[in-house]
Amino acid sequence: MTKKILTCTLLILAMASSAFGAAFKLGGTAPLTGGAAIYGMAAMRGAQIAVDEINAMNIDVKFELNYQDDTHDAEKAVNAYNALKDWGMQISLGSVTSKPCEATAAENFADRIFALTPSASARAVTEGKDNVFQMCFVDPNQGSASAQYIANKNLAKKVAVIWKNDDVYSKGIRDTFIETAPKLGLEIVSETTFADGNDNDFSVQLTDAQKNGAELVFLPMYYQPASLIFAQAKSMGYAPKWFGVDGMDGILTMEGFDKSLAEGVILLTPFNADANDEMTKKFVAEYQKRHGEIPNQFAADGYDCVYAYCQALTQAKAKADMDAEEICKLMIEQFTTMKFNGVTGSNVTWAKNGEVSKDPKGMIIKNGAYVGLD
Amino acid sequence: MTMRRLINLKRVEARRIYLTYFIVILAYIICQTMSSTKFLSSTMRGMLVPICAYMVMAVSLNLVVGISGELSLGHAGFMSVGAFSGVASAILMQNLIPFAPVRLALAMIIAAIFAAVAGFLIGIPVLRLKGDYLAIVTLAFGEIIKSLLNNFYLGVDSGGIHFSMLSDTTRLLPGGKLIIRGPMGISGIQKISTFPAGFILVMIALMVVFNLVNSRSGRAFMAIRDDRIAAESIGLDITKYKMMAFVTSAALAGAAGALFAMNYSTIVANKFDFNTSILILVFVVLGGQGNMLGSIIAAAALTILPEKLREFSDYRMLLYAIILIITMLGTNNSEIRSFFAKLNPFKRKEEAE
Amino acid sequence: MIFLNYFISGISLGSIYAIIALGYTMVYGIAKMLNFAHGDVIMVGAYVCFYAVSRYELHPLIGIILAMIVCTFLGIIIERFAYKPLRQAPSLAVLITAIGVSYFLQNTALLLWSSNPKVFPSIIGRGAFKLFEGELSISHVTALTIITCLIIMIVLTLFINKTRLGKAMRACSEDKGAAQLMGINVNATISMTFAIGSGLAAIAGALLCSAYPTLMPTTGALPGIKAFTAAVFGGIGSIPGAFLGGLMLGVIEIFAKAYISSQLSDAVVFAVLIIVLLVKPAGLLGKYTQEKV
Repeated sequence: MTKKILTCTLLILAMASSAFGAAFKLGGTAPLTGGAAIYGMAAMRGAQIAVDEINAMNIDVKFELNYQDDTHDAEKAVNAYNALKDWGMQISLGSVTSKPCEATAAENFADRIFALTPSASARAVTEGKDNVFQMCFVDPNQGSASAQYIANKNLAKKVAVIWKNDDVYSKGIRDTFIETAPKLGLEIVSETTFADGNDNDFSVQLTDAQKNGAELVFLPMYYQPASLIFAQAKSMGYAPKWFGVDGMDGILTMEGFDKSLAEGVILLTPFNADANDEMTKKFVAEYQKRHGEIPNQFAADGYDCVYAYCQALTQAKAKADMDAEEICKLMIEQFTTMKFNGVTGSNVTWAKNGEVSKDPKGMIIKNGAYVGLD
Repeated sequence: MTMRRLINLKRVEARRIYLTYFIVILAYIICQTMSSTKFLSSTMRGMLVPICAYMVMAVSLNLVVGISGELSLGHAGFMSVGAFSGVASAILMQNLIPFAPVRLALAMIIAAIFAAVAGFLIGIPVLRLKGDYLAIVTLAFGEIIKSLLNNFYLGVDSGGIHFSMLSDTTRLLPGGKLIIRGPMGISGIQKISTFPAGFILVMIALMVVFNLVNSRSGRAFMAIRDDRIAAESIGLDITKYKMMAFVTSAALAGAAGALFAMNYSTIVANKFDFNTSILILVFVVLGGQGNMLGSIIAAAALTILPEKLREFSDYRMLLYAIILIITMLGTNNSEIRSFFAKLNPFKRKEEAE
Repeated sequence: MIFLNYFISGISLGSIYAIIALGYTMVYGIAKMLNFAHGDVIMVGAYVCFYAVSRYELHPLIGIILAMIVCTFLGIIIERFAYKPLRQAPSLAVLITAIGVSYFLQNTALLLWSSNPKVFPSIIGRGAFKLFEGELSISHVTALTIITCLIIMIVLTLFINKTRLGKAMRACSEDKGAAQLMGINVNATISMTFAIGSGLAAIAGALLCSAYPTLMPTTGALPGIKAFTAAVFGGIGSIPGAFLGGLMLGVIEIFAKAYISSQLSDAVVFAVLIIVLLVKPAGLLGKYTQEKV
């Protein structure tokens, strides 16, 4: 399978370079090994699909994609970034996870190579850098948006939060959620944490939420620990409302997951693999064909990033023989002015500070599938 | 006869020390020239400072593992203490000392002091234990440091420095700045670490360790390592000497941590986990216990290796594991070693003597 | 009642640690090496069991037996190619090799089974025994783990004390040289120890993933380290010690989370470990051997 893709890619690349002139060298770092590899692999595969589609189209913009492994570590991410620089990267996809992206974004800024990260959502990623942009919501916005959503829809009054104590993503969302919720009349009755190494047993966290009468449990985390939480809550007989964030997306596609456990889970996510629009359907079908899995939000973000680049480069009439700094200038201009429609949102725009503005979609899991809430 | 051997041994030892200095200086000059003439790839240039930091880590751990003979599995903890205290102090001094190299040097000294204090406090209980139990307690301390730093908040405002545990209750005045943010670590670090600074730190670490090893204390370390009871019976204060090695090692690790952290724009406590401790232990064992040059070469080689394996993409870390296993077998199995020794004419001559 | 519920959660977490710790302690007791790859053998066992049960829809028991066979062979192969050549080498060299093997297994698993987490099918369902009108519940998995753990402990103790091979193992653990002189095949005995330890790892893997049902290539690594701590806690090399150490570690971890701080629970666990080791330098049930001059 991989071989086939590889030959395909090579063929397309060969075609691209002979028939249409040179391609833009697009590079990114991602955890492709280690515990965070799920996110990295997804983003890389999503981006690869977009690149192949664009290269097969009859347009001037062609890409050559290079993803390097950063094992979810800032040090390795900088190494990977430098390897990409040696390769001749002209535009960058930053890094997939937040902390590594913070480190590579600083390099992007210093080297004047434009970056659009699919999924590094910490605010520190874009802070103070005019050429680093995000495709995903920034963490603090997710926290406050979640609190507002819960309050506006009157989902609950008493709320418990379980978050991951050694994770930037989780902490970022938790901070603004805790800050915003009381102002909107929500009462936080229980707040508990877990960390790497004690992320198996959630009985204490759940008991605490239950005994304090939480009607809703907010879970700013990725789907893997969440799946454990649902299973354990069920065996405890605790059934509050569950509220997740975009990291929750992917839970339904876990192999062997009992979908009834996630029944009624509400999450704010920009991407819905079951959506009926052409673009999503095409992307999901292609992803499934190649990898035998339903794409998650990371894959969708990776996919969108490449298309956003394609649009921006086309509009700016950039040429593949321009150097990185030239392209960077054009891209800053484009991204702060353009409107983009992708699988993770329509009418997406970017602020000057690199933060994306798109509507989070409230989703609820019903009968093992996402259903839009609004 | 014995006398002559002793003198020879001394000479061999001295030769090895000078060879080590020579190789490090030579390597520095080569890298520096290549770097300034743009002959070095970005990948290599980017790795120069971390390699220096890892070298210092390896040399300092070798003092504990190789010379003093105690297995430590929590060395990254000291690196962490150094990284956080060093970066925090560098940020605090930002306006006071605008000249970056001085700020870096001071930060590294402060980092070394903090790590030394941590080493001393940890050393009190740890050094009462032996062997694998000592190893597991150092592992435990490494994890404790990580866990505490993940919950530590430090901020500064016009009223001074504030800190809190568990959650951010520093209540900074407007205009204040939160420096350490629990699990988010430190962001927006000014990258003031440089390769020359790294080189100087490696040289200092080597000087400290060589001087210690070849002093009265160093001989005491080795006497204790080789036969604890005999050493005790001739009146050596075991705890004192062990503590000396442990604290020195912690201090050097702290300085290395500060150097390392200020090469990146961000740092988190999770970086310095058990895996990092193990990585450094791998440098020491691969380079040979007690062999400082070996540690230095192993640190450089094993930091570069995964980067050079990038062309194998998916199989990169698998190859790394295989190379690690094969190297361990190759350097430690007597049959394989003697096979290689036969191929090497110099080695054979040396053995014949 | 909440206290009791926490206690039971602690026991159930601890029983998992205990069963992993048994494998660590056994290999340590006989081969005197810290086999850091043990956690990853557990992961392999869990994957084999997962594929047998989920993909090929075999009976869970067959799945476990299959996993045991695979892990036993894996253990023998690892021992033969990675550890045996280092019999005479310093113990640290073996430790590093074990870490190399651990990386190797993790990365092979990543290539073979991808990084996507899989949800492990429970081998005995997700039900629970309800006591005191449902106030207290003990899940079936917990009960099974504790019973399995006890059985393994008893069988192992009998095996080591009563059988010829067990005697040979003890002899090797006391003095390899003397054992060899007495006509014991030291190499074969150590290989045997690895085979048994790895077979146990398969059971541990199936139980770990039944209790906490997600499976990734890194699944074994962190519980492995915790279980190693548990083994030291109880006195490494002591089989009842591993059992006791595992249970205690689980209970302490849960209580620390519940009554001290969920954020600092790891720090508390390790602090307790340090205190125990200071009071009893060879763990709870370990033998403290005075050095002879």
